[in-house]
Amino acid sequence: MDSVILKTAIRFLLPLLLLASVFLFLRGHNEPGGGFVGGLLASGAIALYAMTHGAAAARQVVRVPPRILIGSGLLFALVSGVAPLFVGRPFLTGLWTTITTEGLGKLHIGTPLLFDLGVYCVVTGVTLVFVFSLLEE
Amino acid sequence: MDILLAITVGGLYAAGIYMMLRRNVVKLLIGLGLLSHAANLLLFTAGGLVRGRVPVVPDEGAWPLVIVADPLPQALILTAIVISFAVLAFALVLIYRTYQTLGTEDLDELKATDT
Amino acid sequence: MNAQAVVILPIALPLATMVMLLLSLKSVPAQKLIGVVGSTLLLLSAATLAWLVDRDGILVLQAGNWPAPFGITLVADRLSSIMVLLAGLMVFAVSVYSLASVNDSRVSFGFHPLIQLLLMGVCGAFLTGDLFNLYVWFEVMLIASFVLLTLGGERRQLEGAIKYVTLNLISSAVFLAAIGVIYAATGTLNMADLALKLRSFPDEGTVSVLSMLFLIAFGTKAAVFPLFFWLPASYHTPPVAVSAIFAGLLTKVGVYSLIRAFTLLFVTDLEFTHNLLLLIAGLTMVTGVLGAMAQNEVRRILSFHIVSQIGYMVMGLALFTPLALAGTVFYIIHHIVVKTNLFLIGGVVEQRFRTGRLDRIGGLYRSAPVLATVFFLSAMSLAGIPPLSGFFAKLTLIRGGLEAERYAIVVAALVVSLLTLFSMTKIWNEAFWKPAREDAVTNVSPRRRSRIGRACLYGPTILLASITVGIGVMAGPVMNASMATAEQLLDQNAYINAVLPDGPTGQVPAVSSERTSQ
Repeated sequence: MDSVILKTAIRFLLPLLLLASVFLFLRGHNEPGGGFVGGLLASGAIALYAMTHGAAAARQVVRVPPRILIGSGLLFALVSGVAPLFVGRPFLTGLWTTITTEGLGKLHIGTPLLFDLGVYCVVTGVTLVFVFSLLEE
Repeated sequence: MDILLAITVGGLYAAGIYMMLRRNVVKLLIGLGLLSHAANLLLFTAGGLVRGRVPVVPDEGAWPLVIVADPLPQALILTAIVISFAVLAFALVLIYRTYQTLGTEDLDELKATDT
Repeated sequence: MNAQAVVILPIALPLATMVMLLLSLKSVPAQKLIGVVGSTLLLLSAATLAWLVDRDGILVLQAGNWPAPFGITLVADRLSSIMVLLAGLMVFAVSVYSLASVNDSRVSFGFHPLIQLLLMGVCGAFLTGDLFNLYVWFEVMLIASFVLLTLGGERRQLEGAIKYVTLNLISSAVFLAAIGVIYAATGTLNMADLALKLRSFPDEGTVSVLSMLFLIAFGTKAAVFPLFFWLPASYHTPPVAVSAIFAGLLTKVGVYSLIRAFTLLFVTDLEFTHNLLLLIAGLTMVTGVLGAMAQNEVRRILSFHIVSQIGYMVMGLALFTPLALAGTVFYIIHHIVVKTNLFLIGGVVEQRFRTGRLDRIGGLYRSAPVLATVFFLSAMSLAGIPPLSGFFAKLTLIRGGLEAERYAIVVAALVVSLLTLFSMTKIWNEAFWKPAREDAVTNVSPRRRSRIGRACLYGPTILLASITVGIGVMAGPVMNASMATAEQLLDQNAYINAVLPDGPTGQVPAVSSERTSQ
C-alpha cells in the first residue's frame, strides 16, 4: 500500500494501538475485554504496519518470531492450568492472591490472569503467522 | 424478535448453501463463512433472547430475582467465532495457495484426487 | 497429585510437548527427540490411565473445580481409556516411523508440534464429558489435521485438502447447530445431565431431529455412507506418516462420538435410530469395499477399506446388545492397530518405488521378506483370517448379529469380509508376489540406508504386526475387556452417577463459599 498518510500515521498509531491492546487485556479482568480482543488489536496494529512498511520491517518491530509467541502463550496457559494440581486442587482451578504495592494499592491477581496472558500471546502469534505468510507470498 | 432472527438464520443458511454450490473456490469459502455465521446466530437465538440485560448476576443474593441474559450461549458463540476465525483464515491461505499452484479457481477442474 | 490428575495428563502432556517443540523449532534433531520422548510419555500416561480405570471404575475430573453440570467435566470410562491408550500407541509408532520418512523441511515447518496438537484434540475428544467441549476438541483436531494435510504444499495435497476442509467444516457447522438446538431444548450440555433430561423429554419429535443432526455431524467425521466422500479424496495425498495417523485415529473419533451419542443420549427411540444406524452400517460396508476393489493404488485401496470397516463398527452399535457392542470395541482396537500398520507398510513400498500404483511395483516378496511378512499378517488380519485379531473381532460381531436375529447384516458382513480378502490378495499379488518390472524405478533400497533409518521404518511396523498377532493369540483377555466396556456403555446410570454424584440438578445452583470469596 502506498498511502503516505497511512504510512506516516502508523508510526505514531502503532504504540498507541499497542497500549490500547494492553488496556483491553487488563480490563478483561472484570469488564468486557480480555486476552482475545487485546491480542487481536495488537496483531491488527502490527498487520497495519506490515501492510505499509512490509512484512520484514514488521518482523523487526515484533522482534520475537510469531512461533515463539505461540509457544510461550501456550506455556503460560499450561502453567496456569497445572499450577493448582500442586496445591491439591483440580486442573484449571483459579488460584488468587492479593499483593499490596506502593502507588497501585491492592492488586488482586491470580492464575486466570496468566491464562489470559497466554491467550493474548497465542492470538497475536497465530494472527501474525497468517498475516506474514500472506504478505510474504 | 425470535421470528425475525429465525428468518435471518434461514436466509444465511440458504445463502451459504447457494454460494457453496457455485463452482468458484472463493465463493465456496464465502459460503462456508455464511454457514458458520448461521450456526452461531442459531445458537444465539436458541439460547433465548433477553433484551437489554447483561449476563451478570447482581451481587445481592445468589439467585437472580431479576431477569438476566444467559451467559452460556454467549460464551459458546464467542468460542465458536474464534474457532471459525482461525479455520477461515487457514482456508483463505489454502485457496490462495491452490490458486497459485494449480492456476485455476474452478472447482470442476480439481479432479486429480477424485476416484 | 491424585488419581484424578491422571485424567488430564493425556491432554496436558501433548500440550507441554507442543510448547517445547514450538520453542525449539529451528533445530531438527531437537524436534525429533522431543517428539518421540513426548509420545512415549503420553503412551505411559495413557497406560496408567487405563490401569486406573480398570481398577477404580469411571474417573471424573471437574475442571476448575466447578461442579457438573456447570463446569467442564472430563470423564474417563473404559471406552475412553482404551481409545486414549490406542491413540498413544499409534502416535508412538508414527513418530518413530516419521524419523526416517518425513523430510527435514517438513519437520522444520512444524510436523511434530502439529502431530502433538492433533493428539491433544483426539485425546480431549475421547475424555470430555461435555458436548460443546467435544466440539472444541474436534476443531483443535481439525485445524491440526488441515495443516498436516497440506504440509509440503504439493499439488494433489492442496486439491485433497480443499475437499477435506470443506466437508469437515460443513459437518462442524451442523454439529454447532445441533448443540444450539439441544441447549434450547434441555438447557444443558453436560452429557450425563443430557442423558437424564432426554430420558423423560416430552417432545419425541425434537429428540428425533436432534439425533439426526448429531448423526450427520458425527457420521461425516466417521465417514459413513453417504457422507464419506472426503476420505478417499484426501487420505492418499499427504506424507505416509500423516495419512497413517489419520487412518488410525481421525475417523475413530467420529465413531467414538457416535457410540457416545447413541449409547448415552439417544436411546429412547431404538426402533428408529438404531435401525437407521444398521442400514447405514450395511451400506457403508458394501460401498467401501466395492470402492476399494475398483482402485489400483495401495493407499487408495486402503482408504476405501477404512470406510468399509467403519461399517462394522457402526454395525455393533446399531445392534445394541452387549455382545455386539463388545464386538464394536474389539473391532476398533483391532482396526486402529492394523490400519495404521498397513498405511505404514504402504509407505515403505511407496518409498521404494516412488509410486503406489500396483502396475508399477512388484517383487517385494523376494527383495523385502520382512516387509512381506508384516504386510501378510496385517492384511490377513484385516480380512479376518484366524488366528489373527480381525477374526475374533468379526466373529464377535457376527455372533452378536446372529443372536439379535439380524441375518441381513450378518450376510453383508460376511460377503464384505470375503471381498476384503480379495482386495488384500490383490495388493499381495501385485506388490509382493509378481516379479518386479524391469523398468521399475527403485529408490534407494533400504539396505543402503543407515541401520538406524531402517530400524525406524521397520520397527513400528513389526511392533504393530506383533500386536495384531498378540491380540489374536490372547483374544480372551481382550474379549473380556471389550465385554466389560460394552456392559459399562449400556449401564448409563453408572456414567450419570459418576458425573453427577448428587443426583439430577437444575434447581438453584449451590454457591460454594470458596467461590463467593473471590
